[in-house]
Amino acid sequence: MWSKYGHGARVAALTTIGTIIALPFVIFWLGPNMPPGKSTNVGDSQVFDNTVLLIVMTPFTVFILVYVLYAVFVFRADVNEPLRDGAHIRGHMPSQIAWLAITTVTVIFLAIFGSAELLSSGAGGGQGPHPIAKEKNALPIQVIGQQWEFTYRYPTYGGVETAQLVLPVDQPIAFHVTSLDAIHSFWAYELGVKADANPGVDNVAYVTVKKTRSFQIRCAELCGLWHGYMFDTGQVVSSSQFTSWIHQQQKLYAGSMKYLPPYATSYTPDPTFRAG
Amino acid sequence: MTFARRLVGFNLLSAVILGAIGYYLGWWLGHQITGPSLDYFGDTGQNDIALYLAYFVGVVGFLIGLGFANYPVQRLLGRPPSLREKEQAGWTRYISLCTDHKVVGIQYLIGIGAFIFIGGLNAMLIRFELLTPNQHAWNGNNYLTLVSLHGTMMMGMMTSGILGPFANYFVPIMIGARRMAFPRIEALTFWLLMAAGFILMTSLAYGGIPTGWTGYEPLSDQANLGMDAYVAFFALVGLSMTLLGLNMLVTVITMRAPGMSWGRLPMFVWGTISTSVLMALAAPVLISTLLMVGMDRTAQTGFFNDQAGGSPYLYENLFWFFGHPEVYILALPGMGILLELLPVFSRKPLWGYRLAVTGMLGIGLLSFLVWQHHLFVSGINADVRPFYMLSTELISLPTGFIFICALGTLWRGRIRLTVPMLFALAWIFNFLIGGLSGVFLSDVPSDVTTHGSFFSMAHFHYTIMGGLLFAFFAGIYYWVPKMTGYMLNDTLGKWHFWIMFLAFNSTFGPLLVIGFLGQPRRVVTYAGYLQGANIWVSVSAFVLGASMLLFLVNFVYSLVFAQVPAGDNPWGSKSIEFQLPSPVPVHNFDRIPTFGPDPYPYGEGVAGGAVQRPAITPARPER
Repeated sequence: MWSKYGHGARVAALTTIGTIIALPFVIFWLGPNMPPGKSTNVGDSQVFDNTVLLIVMTPFTVFILVYVLYAVFVFRADVNEPLRDGAHIRGHMPSQIAWLAITTVTVIFLAIFGSAELLSSGAGGGQGPHPIAKEKNALPIQVIGQQWEFTYRYPTYGGVETAQLVLPVDQPIAFHVTSLDAIHSFWAYELGVKADANPGVDNVAYVTVKKTRSFQIRCAELCGLWHGYMFDTGQVVSSSQFTSWIHQQQKLYAGSMKYLPPYATSYTPDPTFRAG
Repeated sequence: MTFARRLVGFNLLSAVILGAIGYYLGWWLGHQITGPSLDYFGDTGQNDIALYLAYFVGVVGFLIGLGFANYPVQRLLGRPPSLREKEQAGWTRYISLCTDHKVVGIQYLIGIGAFIFIGGLNAMLIRFELLTPNQHAWNGNNYLTLVSLHGTMMMGMMTSGILGPFANYFVPIMIGARRMAFPRIEALTFWLLMAAGFILMTSLAYGGIPTGWTGYEPLSDQANLGMDAYVAFFALVGLSMTLLGLNMLVTVITMRAPGMSWGRLPMFVWGTISTSVLMALAAPVLISTLLMVGMDRTAQTGFFNDQAGGSPYLYENLFWFFGHPEVYILALPGMGILLELLPVFSRKPLWGYRLAVTGMLGIGLLSFLVWQHHLFVSGINADVRPFYMLSTELISLPTGFIFICALGTLWRGRIRLTVPMLFALAWIFNFLIGGLSGVFLSDVPSDVTTHGSFFSMAHFHYTIMGGLLFAFFAGIYYWVPKMTGYMLNDTLGKWHFWIMFLAFNSTFGPLLVIGFLGQPRRVVTYAGYLQGANIWVSVSAFVLGASMLLFLVNFVYSLVFAQVPAGDNPWGSKSIEFQLPSPVPVHNFDRIPTFGPDPYPYGEGVAGGAVQRPAITPARPER
């Protein structure tokens, strides 16, 4: 029964069966567990994006693995037997055209889909000083990278600069990421936010967090000796807790604020204070 | 006595002596020029100018010591030039300037192999540190130096990892030529690379490299003298790559034998051509970029200094304009070896020859149009991200051509699972994982999480180590019997393959997951809950390292002790190089061969049966 079908039909059948088995696993288990988790609006969009990519990849992966394993097991010849040649096939135009068509359509779909996802929310990535995907009524928070820590300024609260990052929940936030020295990268993993901190550049990334939680912050761009220690924990709190926290910070740092430069979108590095 | 006498003259010994003299001369000269003023010394208060001059004069001395000046100087003096570099026998050829392309190929194999082992050892030391979430083995600077040395060594030296040994040795033979177009330049590319590798190692003496292989400004401007070793290393590697690429291109364009038209070139030659185009066009950008970095560090220019009107973005753009073609310089020769080996061990013609050539050239062209996908979250040119997303994903089309040609070649073949074939099949699996993980990195929303994480690190190890290094070993097991005349041990080879393949996937598969879970690259500390996975990866990496030692044992045992003769054609291959004696005689052919229409004349029903010789007339000179 098996032998009445050709090799091509068998590979096609095995690929279809494999894909049908793999897809539910990908959609219902792997996809929802993709990073960075669904705590924020951009996190949602990234998880959805990763799931779609996985679904698109599944048939290709299954096909190539099934094909190679089938070929190796079925067309295998004993190394010790005398040399005999295989079929003299130099190409097959219909399969070449089909492959070209399928991969082209897939690639164009992926590019359009990715662009649409990117343009709708900004996807949490740093968009430079003139963002294309904007959020209205966003709370601006400046993230200042320096060797080797992040500090945070809240321009709507008098530019107070704090050592901890605290965010209000359900409030669109605009991170303005900049640096005082080398290139850093502000990565809030659970929020799905990453933006490079360049000296003299205001790099904007948007996010809205949906629930109160803590999150990890790490520097994701090699920035020198203590790069490995440039991490921190941020907090997402309710908006009343946030208000009381920020007023407390304003009082706490009122003295030192007099010596800080006034709030600006970016700061020029001072070479005399550079590490070496 | 004869041993000692053979060491007198222009060879590695005199080169090292003159190189050392040149180094100290340059160092002294640098201090004479700069004087006591610290104005020249940049941010670090160290004399970068003296070190650059030391490296430069040292390299010049090294080359003079090898005898690169003999020919031009004797010409200038009106004397008949010495032809010692064309010496045709004796082991001293391998430690001197030799213009025989087969000697240069073996020099490359040993020289680059040594540096791969050093680079791999660095990786072992990195993984040793990452056994615990906290720092326990190396201090911060040493750890970053290890990371930088590993990355720079591998990315720099492995650019010629396949082209150096195998293209230098086999491309002239495959196209029916007796030599490369510029034999002395061919030798120069090798010795420049060796000088460069040594210079990179000297960074250990000057405080190390803190920047990783990317060398981003302004961090590299802050760094101390060790950074100059990085600059000098990559500039020399770039020079070597440019010359190697041009030499290969000119050779293939001008020196093909009668009958060897473009449509008949073996796939390995096509892989070499597409790589050479990238080398010749991308590497000069690297050289000029590093010149600008050197100027910033010595003459206080401000190309990459945002206070002085420069921009760190300029460095990122220039670097990745070189850097992305660079990763295809690493990948394309592997594809060439893959498509060269599959017909031999499937006993079939290559499936879709034109599609495969289109794929290689298409990858080469597109690789120049994608570099800003390394800068998706950098904040530069955010509006053009959809374009770079599209162009990056378009590269999967020509890569798909390579895959479909590989798959088609396996179809209804008679597949012989020899050691080179196992490595070639592993290439398909590894590059599949590498390519699929690359889709996540090319898609901006997904890249926001994966950029700069262990995911991207695991991705390019899947494509470069899983692609290039596996193809490199396929090439070694396939061609070293031809180069040396002795077979490599099959049992040890299979052990090497299976341990390497399983350990490789056991190392980098979990690293993809660790990256998804949020571990950034190049950190010396990581979140505690990732320790179990990191220990798993480290242990797998040590096994992977041990498999390399197993290969070394096999290599030395088979070539030095066992010495099982390979015969002319151990694989039943129909490529021209396997119709010649092993090892190949100095002049390759007595008469230049002529070539028939099909580079892969395998297959049932092809006239002449299974062991039919291709339509060439390889005259067989005396052994």
